[in-house]
Amino acid sequence: MSVDTTTRTKSDMSDLKLRRPAVSPMRVVLYVFLTFMALLWLFPLLWALYNSLRDYSFTQEHGYLSFGGFTFDNYPEAWERGGFTVSFGNSAIITILAVVFTLAASSCMAFVLARVKFRFSFTLLAIFVAANLLPAQALLIPIYRAFRWIELPEWLSDSGSLLNTHAGVILINVALQTGFCTFVLRNYMIGLPAAMYEAAEIDGASMWRQFYGITLPLIRPALAALATLQVAWIYNEFFWATVLLQSGDKMPVTSSLNNLKGTFFTDFNLLSAGSIIAALPVLVIFFVLQKQFVSGLTLGASKE
Amino acid sequence: MATAQPQAKAPPTVSKPPGKTGRRPHSLKKLNPRDRRTLILMAVIPTILVVGLVWLPAIGSVVLSFTNWDGIGDLSDIQFIGLRNYTDIVTIYPPFWPAVKNNLLWLLSLFLIFTPLGMFLAVLVDRELKGSRLYQTSFYLPVVLAGALVGFIWQLLYSRDLGLINAVFGTEIDWFGNPDINIYAAMVANGWRHTGYIMLLYLAGLKGFDPALGEAASIDGAGPVKTFFHITFPVLRPTNIIIMVITFIDALRAFDIVWIINQGRNGLELIATLVTANVIGEASRIGFGSALATLMLLLSSIFIIFQLRIMVKGDQ
Repeated sequence: MSVDTTTRTKSDMSDLKLRRPAVSPMRVVLYVFLTFMALLWLFPLLWALYNSLRDYSFTQEHGYLSFGGFTFDNYPEAWERGGFTVSFGNSAIITILAVVFTLAASSCMAFVLARVKFRFSFTLLAIFVAANLLPAQALLIPIYRAFRWIELPEWLSDSGSLLNTHAGVILINVALQTGFCTFVLRNYMIGLPAAMYEAAEIDGASMWRQFYGITLPLIRPALAALATLQVAWIYNEFFWATVLLQSGDKMPVTSSLNNLKGTFFTDFNLLSAGSIIAALPVLVIFFVLQKQFVSGLTLGASKE
Repeated sequence: MATAQPQAKAPPTVSKPPGKTGRRPHSLKKLNPRDRRTLILMAVIPTILVVGLVWLPAIGSVVLSFTNWDGIGDLSDIQFIGLRNYTDIVTIYPPFWPAVKNNLLWLLSLFLIFTPLGMFLAVLVDRELKGSRLYQTSFYLPVVLAGALVGFIWQLLYSRDLGLINAVFGTEIDWFGNPDINIYAAMVANGWRHTGYIMLLYLAGLKGFDPALGEAASIDGAGPVKTFFHITFPVLRPTNIIIMVITFIDALRAFDIVWIINQGRNGLELIATLVTANVIGEASRIGFGSALATLMLLLSSIFIIFQLRIMVKGDQ
């Protein structure tokens, strides 16, 4: 066995010599530079994580540039005082419903644009794509006024209008995200093999069957990537959640940060813990579904 | 997208379908009535949503910008006052020019520093490196964070009394509070997120780049720098355009970070925050807000036309 090992090591070494040229100084510089930049980029989050795990009185005494005083107590306290139970619930309602509706609407629209040719199909596609690029603030005044004006029955909305309701925020998120998703899904559907549709038609499958039975199962990879991306995006959405929701008990995590700033103002350990808690859902997505997220991000931009 | 957090999404370009495909689009007329009804129904609901909640409001902003509506009176009391709101904005509305200046600074910081840095990092990590994934992950980790959360987290570094920067350097600078410097502090926090996003997009472009091209150049004796500028960069023209569009749109839409810091006041005025403050703030001025919103629409339409032209080309 020992003989075995030595021989293998020997041959491995010669292999290495053959394959890898001596490490050039340029390469060392490259590694040093990239490591430095990577640490710099990770630093703000690591700093938040570090201080979130330290005791307030310890950091008060020794300053934040110190080591020690580790505790986990900041998390329950930040959760409690930050009202995260409520805001995570709100975020979940808004995000899940908005993503489901967005994907439903955009896969229907994409199917029509990919399967049927009609006079205005390109114009329609352009309307959807361009809608995605308009700045949200440019829509604010009419949306705000219209939502305030639309009357809802008491059991649906305690404000009596669409303003200050989850429904309003979901609606605007769906409208704004549908353009992008439609475009991505349409391109994906155009790439599906035509023979399948021909066979389906010979079998007399209706358009709905062609959509529901054939297309939807085939576009699952694109839907998965878009869903991941949209969950992160809508969870992170800040502008509409800030302007359309006024009462704190309706706010999702992002817009409740507006209030948390005041709550945690003097206690940076709590502020750190609150930041980590607020980042947790997207960090989980990032680490667990990184491939989906990245392919979703680049779906629209690259030629894959 | 709105920055939405407002993080501008990669504007979609036409991607080539994988493999052999056939688009055999039907003509709508040849379908049987039931199928036609199905398809019309499938198209109508999304179209109503997008037209009703995006396009009509956008047109509404443009119309309101020519009126004197105060937001209180009846819609029937509205009077058209021509370009008065626009002339008022540029002459007697104090925060307007600071906001324009800040948006331009924001754009410059992205265009000159963070976008090139993202591209540079993409080129570096695209080489065969040990732990390349680890580097990539570190750079685009901030991309998943909400813009508002970025502003929130950077307080830990920027705060005057408790922040890390002052503790390390023994200074007493209020980075987010001092009106002379807070816009730069916000730009750095924003760049932290923007760089990783650009790196990600550029890396996707580089992956599609034929390595044989670069190898041919290096055999001809071109160094890596020369190869990049003479071969890689020109070949990646579509990716470059997308990145430029994203950079401009991000600069125009900048909002979240600044709003979470102080709602865009005291040195942090941006066009997007002025629109918002004019609608939900104490002094609600619908006319001013709409005129500012229309300016944003006008600027963004430049990129939209750009984008649609790429799309038309790709579809042919």
